[in-house]
Amino acid sequence: MIKLSPIAERRISQFKRNRGGYWSLWIFVALFLFSSGAELIANDKPIVVRYQGNFYFPIVKSYPETAFGGEFETQADYRDPVVAKLIEDKGWMLWPPVHYSYQTINYNLNIPAPSPPSAENLLGTDDQGRDVFARLIYGFRISILFGLTLTILGSLGGVLVGAMEGYFGGLFDLLSQRFIEIWSGMPVFFLLIIMSSVITPGFFTLLLLMLLFSWMTLVDVVRAEFLKARNLDYIRAAKALGVSTPVIMFKHALPNAMVATLSMMPFVLTGSITTLTGLDFLGFGLPPGSPSLGELLSQGKNNLQAPWLGITAFLSLAIMLSLLTFIGEAVRDAFDPRKIFRG
Amino acid sequence: MALLEIKNLSADFRNGAQVTHAVKNVSFSIEKGEILAVVGESGSGKSVTALSILQLLPYPVAQHPSGSIKFKGEELMGAPDVVLRGIRGNKVAMIFQEPMTSLNPLHSIEKQIAEVLFIHKRMAPEAARARVVELLKLVGLEKLTERLNAYPHELSGGQRQRVMIAMALANEPDLLIADEPTTAVDVTVQAQLLKLLKELQKKTGMAIMLITHDLSIVRKMADRVAVMYQGELVEYDKTEKIFTAPSHAYTQMLLAAQPKGVPQPFDTAVPAIFHAEQLKVYFPIKAGIFRRVVDYVRAVDGIDIDIRPGQTVGVVGESGSGKTTLGLALLRLIQSTGAIRFNGRLIDGLAANDIRPLRKEMQIVFQDPYGSLSPRLSVSQIIEEGLLVHFPDLSVAEREKRVMEVLLEVGLDPDTRNRYPHEFSGGQRQRIAIARAMVLKPKFVILDEPTSALDMSVQAQIIDLLRNLQQKHNLAYMFISHDLRVIKAISHQVIVMKNGKVVESGPTQQIFEHPREEYTKTLIAAALNIEVVNG
Repeated sequence: MIKLSPIAERRISQFKRNRGGYWSLWIFVALFLFSSGAELIANDKPIVVRYQGNFYFPIVKSYPETAFGGEFETQADYRDPVVAKLIEDKGWMLWPPVHYSYQTINYNLNIPAPSPPSAENLLGTDDQGRDVFARLIYGFRISILFGLTLTILGSLGGVLVGAMEGYFGGLFDLLSQRFIEIWSGMPVFFLLIIMSSVITPGFFTLLLLMLLFSWMTLVDVVRAEFLKARNLDYIRAAKALGVSTPVIMFKHALPNAMVATLSMMPFVLTGSITTLTGLDFLGFGLPPGSPSLGELLSQGKNNLQAPWLGITAFLSLAIMLSLLTFIGEAVRDAFDPRKIFRG
Repeated sequence: MALLEIKNLSADFRNGAQVTHAVKNVSFSIEKGEILAVVGESGSGKSVTALSILQLLPYPVAQHPSGSIKFKGEELMGAPDVVLRGIRGNKVAMIFQEPMTSLNPLHSIEKQIAEVLFIHKRMAPEAARARVVELLKLVGLEKLTERLNAYPHELSGGQRQRVMIAMALANEPDLLIADEPTTAVDVTVQAQLLKLLKELQKKTGMAIMLITHDLSIVRKMADRVAVMYQGELVEYDKTEKIFTAPSHAYTQMLLAAQPKGVPQPFDTAVPAIFHAEQLKVYFPIKAGIFRRVVDYVRAVDGIDIDIRPGQTVGVVGESGSGKTTLGLALLRLIQSTGAIRFNGRLIDGLAANDIRPLRKEMQIVFQDPYGSLSPRLSVSQIIEEGLLVHFPDLSVAEREKRVMEVLLEVGLDPDTRNRYPHEFSGGQRQRIAIARAMVLKPKFVILDEPTSALDMSVQAQIIDLLRNLQQKHNLAYMFISHDLRVIKAISHQVIVMKNGKVVESGPTQQIFEHPREEYTKTLIAAALNIEVVNG
């Protein structure tokens, strides 16, 4: 068990006192864990196949149809009634609760796509006949993962630059502050749009492109904290002890800056997610076919006669961003030493 | 009928389920025209009592479980805001400790003083201006009557405190509550302000409730004294009675707690361990578009210093005289010019990496024990930091042993080493800061006002501790302070500084008994007798 400092303990209890934020955190974690196992919840392959006394795991490995006595050398399509019958005759299949992956097209629709919610497609299908529920959980996962990676990498960069600017000051501070001023004057959204029409955007290229601009968010607050910290008595005392500069920066000064950083992070996260959604909505984001909330939103806009598309995308975005904002508020309160709770 | 009558006053603060009883069943009264001193350590509830009178506590976090506060027979406890507003700043005025933060930096002094006149007397602007000038003359700021549009930052600390007093006096209050009015100003200014308060009290016949922790002020000023300890009123009597025959143990302790004793003799034949010649620290003043250096602030301007093992050199001066800058420059924590020798070795040109091994032999203890300890590290982490740098080969157990030894040496329980700084009192925190310096077994220690932020009773203990440590380890000290009583108790040699230059220096006894310079005389008179020397 890690022994927490009394300050950390106080902050955790402050955080818990903000009931909205506390519950938002749990709901968010639950939703994230749920969507992390997207392959086990919505997939077009069974989890386990028992065939002629052998076990097969189609989720992790692909098997040709011939392995199950079929005709083709290609990968088995377990949703095909013929293949399913072949397997069920000599064994069994364990399916995820939803039999659709994010790109599975339902060819057995009675109504032309987009079809309304039914027992088979809980949230209906989109205009290409793909299951909306499956696309939603895959899209949710990719949004969060993208947002988290961008936030963490961007914060690392921002904290590092801000810390050096604030602690060393002088010419380095002057030059890098001017650079940031110029760099943040770039029209980021248009630049991203132009870039994504030049190179094929993927998860990592998009991440890299957005990282070029997102690291600046935290520089100013961290810089201010370090400017303040370098004249504190306990930093001076550490200098008088002969402690080396990197140790002073990270052991003594950084904890001060972490307060500002941590309380801004949830808001940076919402910002990143919104940007990705915006790009996807405009069609400049993740490659075509990938599950994304932005793409779902644009389908909703194009198919106003199928309100389940727009409503699903809107609700999931609204819930996710509200949860993050509530968490962010609770974190900010927890770090505010003067915050007094009534009652 | 007494002017102010307080009966069974209690005040609680709540933080979640935790309740702190700040004031417990306190009863006292103030007669018309008298000065009542409320004495006690920090945290004894004196300020909370004062703020309760005007109902200025942060309600509902603060609560009064019991009590009545009667001002001229009128109950203030739980009185409606309208009634309280009629009394605050009008019949009962208050001055605070910190003159810098008590004045609004964005308003001119005329506007601030006139504000109370507009609110309570609804005076016309012309009449108000005349009254402001009159008030400024009353508090001895004749010079400022020409500069009514001056802003607080253009005034000195003493002038700001006088403006505060002028604001408080604007409506001729019947009672003035002065909450440590002189703690934040220099000794010479302190003497002037106290003289002013006493004169004003005689002239206007108002009563003063003077909150302080300094007994010499009390003796000089008060008619009656209320001694508070841990939220309780432990003694309440006439001033002479308290000083001649204190009945409560705490009052006796407080009276005995003045820094006493004399420095121990040292071997004068040993050569100086620390030596600086013509030390100068200049901060450039830049102006113009190209930020060219037009002049310098001469913070330290040509100081020579010699300190032998076992010797204490006291550095005295008012704020802004360059004492602290001198200390930082000697330890090479800021840029300076002039030769600095440690143990015969020239250290003023050494690079940061070359000076690191020497750092364990010269250490510093800072003024504010709350700011000098990182709140996020436990006591043992704070103390062992220097060991990690200078003795990296020590095993975890050896390190822990040294930490425990040094804690014992500074008079703290070694079992408390895993606690965090906020769990300790000011005096204990200063002991931790001393332990952090001592664990490296230094030869030279700079003590930068180590007692200024502490209560009087604790100051004496810290001085005793420092003197014992010096004797045991044959340490050389440079003791920076503005408090001459403390300097007298510990220093062999005294340097009096003003505006970065040495005004006078010599053996302690000589300086105190036969000061040559006028400045030194003023300083000594103000500090030891609280008197103003005209000169």
